[in-house]
Formats: sequence, C-alpha cells, structure tokens
Amino acid sequence: MKRINLELGVGLFLIAGIGCLAWIAVKLGDVGLLPDRTYPLNARFVSISGLKDGATVELAGVRIGRVSNIDLDHEDYEAIVEMTIDEGVRLQEDTIASIRTQGIIGDRFIKLSPGGSDVYLEPGEEIADTESAVLLEELISKYIFESDSGK
Amino acid sequence: MGLARGHLAVIAGALVRGIEAAGDRGLYLVRMSGMMTLLLLRSVARAVTPPWRPRPVIRQIHFIGARSWLLIVVSGAFTGMVVALQFHDTLVRFGTVSLLGSAVGLSLVRELGPVLAALMVIGRAGSATCSEIGIMRIDEQIDALECMAIDPHRFLLAPRLVGGVICQPLLTAMFIVVGVVGGYFVGVGLFGISAGAYFQGMYDSVVWNDVKMGLIKSIVFGLLIVWICSAKGFLLHLNRDGAFGAEGVSRATTEAVVLSFIAVLFADYVISSVMA
Repeated sequence: MKRINLELGVGLFLIAGIGCLAWIAVKLGDVGLLPDRTYPLNARFVSISGLKDGATVELAGVRIGRVSNIDLDHEDYEAIVEMTIDEGVRLQEDTIASIRTQGIIGDRFIKLSPGGSDVYLEPGEEIADTESAVLLEELISKYIFESDSGK
Repeated sequence: MGLARGHLAVIAGALVRGIEAAGDRGLYLVRMSGMMTLLLLRSVARAVTPPWRPRPVIRQIHFIGARSWLLIVVSGAFTGMVVALQFHDTLVRFGTVSLLGSAVGLSLVRELGPVLAALMVIGRAGSATCSEIGIMRIDEQIDALECMAIDPHRFLLAPRLVGGVICQPLLTAMFIVVGVVGGYFVGVGLFGISAGAYFQGMYDSVVWNDVKMGLIKSIVFGLLIVWICSAKGFLLHLNRDGAFGAEGVSRATTEAVVLSFIAVLFADYVISSVMA
C-alpha cells in the first residue's frame, strides 16, 4: 500500500507540475506547439522608440498578430519591424502602420489602418505607409523652442 | 624604554596571530569549497553515467516534490494575492488598473515564482536532506557504505541531485499557476477588474524570454539547493568546530540553510543581470 502511495504521489505530482509548466509555456510564453497559422509582413519606421519584440498588432482595436523581430537597416538608418499576422486577415497594400501607446504609460503596439486598394499584401511584403512613434518629449521641445525662435 | 619594547612585542605578537588566524580561515574556506566542488562534479558524473537506478530518484521526487505541493500551493496563492493587492493599490493611482494582469504575471514568472519556491524547498527538503546525510556521517553509515564498496556519491547524492533538478521547475510552475489564480481571485473577484483584461494583459506582456528566465533560474536553484545541503551533511566530519554529535548536525544544517538562501539570491541576481 505504501509503495502504491509513493508511486501515485509522484505520478500525480509529475502530471500536475508538467501541466502547469505546459500552461505557462504555451499560454504565457507563446510557444507554438501547433504550427502557427500566420504569415509575415514587414514595415519600416523612422523611429520605433519603445516598441518591443512580442508587442501586439491591432486592427480596429482587435489583436491580429504580433511583432516577431526588430532590426536596423544599416544603410538608411531605419527600423525594420517584422510582424506575424493571423492567416485569415487580408491587408490592402495601402494599409497604414502606426506605432501607438496603450493609455499614457502602457506598452507600445502597432495599429494598422485599412486602406482602400483592391490589391492585397502578399506574405513577406512591406507596408509602405508608416507613422513613427510619437515622442512626447520631442513634441514638447519642438513646441518650446519653435515658439521661442518665432518671437 | 624597556616597558615600551615589551608593549611593542605584545602588539606585534597579536598582529601576527591575527594574520595567522585570517590565513588559517582562508585556507579552510578554500579547502571546503574545493571539497564541495569535487563532490558536485563526482555526483553529477555518477548521475549521468549508467547504471541508472530509477527507484531512488522516484523516492527523491516524492520527498522533494510531491510532498511539498501543499506548501507550494498555499505560499503561491498568498503570494499572488498579495502581489495583486499591492499592485492594485499602486495602479489605481495612475488609472491603469488594466495592467494588473501583466504586473502579476511578470513578477511571478520572472522573480517571485522561482525564488520563493526555492526558499520553500530549502526550508522543507534542503534542511531535512542535510540533517539526514549528516546523521549518516556521524553514525559512520557513509564509512560503512564505502567499506562495502558502495559508492556514496552514486548511492546517496546522485538521486538527490536528479530529483532536485526535476522537481524545482515543476514546483516553480505550480507556484506561478497558483499565484496567477490567487491574483485573479483578488483582482477580478475582489476589485472587479474585467477577467479578460487580467488574462489578456498577462498573455500580451509575458514573453518566452521571461518564461525561459524563470525556468533556467529554477533549474539552477534546484541544483544549488541539493548540492549545498547534501554537501554540508556529507562533509560534516571536516567541520573544525568539533561537536561531532547532535550539535554538529544542527550547526551543519543551519549553515546549509543560510548558505543555500544566499546562494539562491546571489544566483538570482546573476541570472537576472545576464538574461535581462
């Protein structure tokens, strides 16, 4: 009886522990056990200040993908952001990608605004129209110094 | 004049004795850390080379892991609840209560889960391991094993190391999941935050790198705890403070617990700074 208890206890513990580990890895860590039904898209920004890997991509406020990679173009000094977009979402070629902030101190995310074109973006293509991150500090300094020089 | 020379000699003597004592202490520390490192290397070598014996490992998983579940569940639940309570208090002031889920998730996955689960295991299993092996040492059971040509590293230490390395990540995962549920209970149940905001915030802000950091931490902590606690018991006979009986075991156990705590917190800082 004691032996059964030992084995049963260890078995239950292993099942519970591995279950918890799996939940953390899959739900929190986004480890894709099943092949992801997504396609990649790129976008170039002059500045992405504050955007991180794994940030969400939203369209009409609905989450449709996430940022998978951030790179620097060494010639143009622009940020290249690679996104993975859910399979079912088709985006027009004149879609606008802009970097926004959730609330005032929230995380940065990419907001996509649909365009009006009949041509849709293919996987791996680039979104041409982008709006960079708005830096509050830059706005304020622009306001202060330009109003100074205007006088 | 003669008196002054006498004083000088006394002071010089005391100085030399002080330096001697420091050197002696240093040599002892170097020797002990060398012995502990050798013990770790030998035990790891025995653990990864056949013949493997699954039954002692299962018994260790039962002792370190399965019997700690209640402690982990209780401490995890209260940790999650108190984190949610405190963060809620702060976030309300900024009007960003929707960030509660990500705050609870990130702090549990990256920091609190691995460290607090490790401290619980030190208190419950580490101290018991140290005193068990220490008593085997003072009872000369370890010498008896060696007399019978049974390798104590393989027989006593290897199963504990394997058990600790397997159990610690699982206990940490349980701690985190229970903590998330505890935070949910306080945030959603008590303060009325929307359940979707709690979980979606968590899913969005916790990334694989955070989970990986927590996992690596817990594996390292498991190894550290079992290593330090069993080494302190195993090398009890080298302790210079004497008192080779009950007092020696109790002193070794105290030292093992203190050293494990410090080692875990130190390793936590190092891993965090390397991976952040």
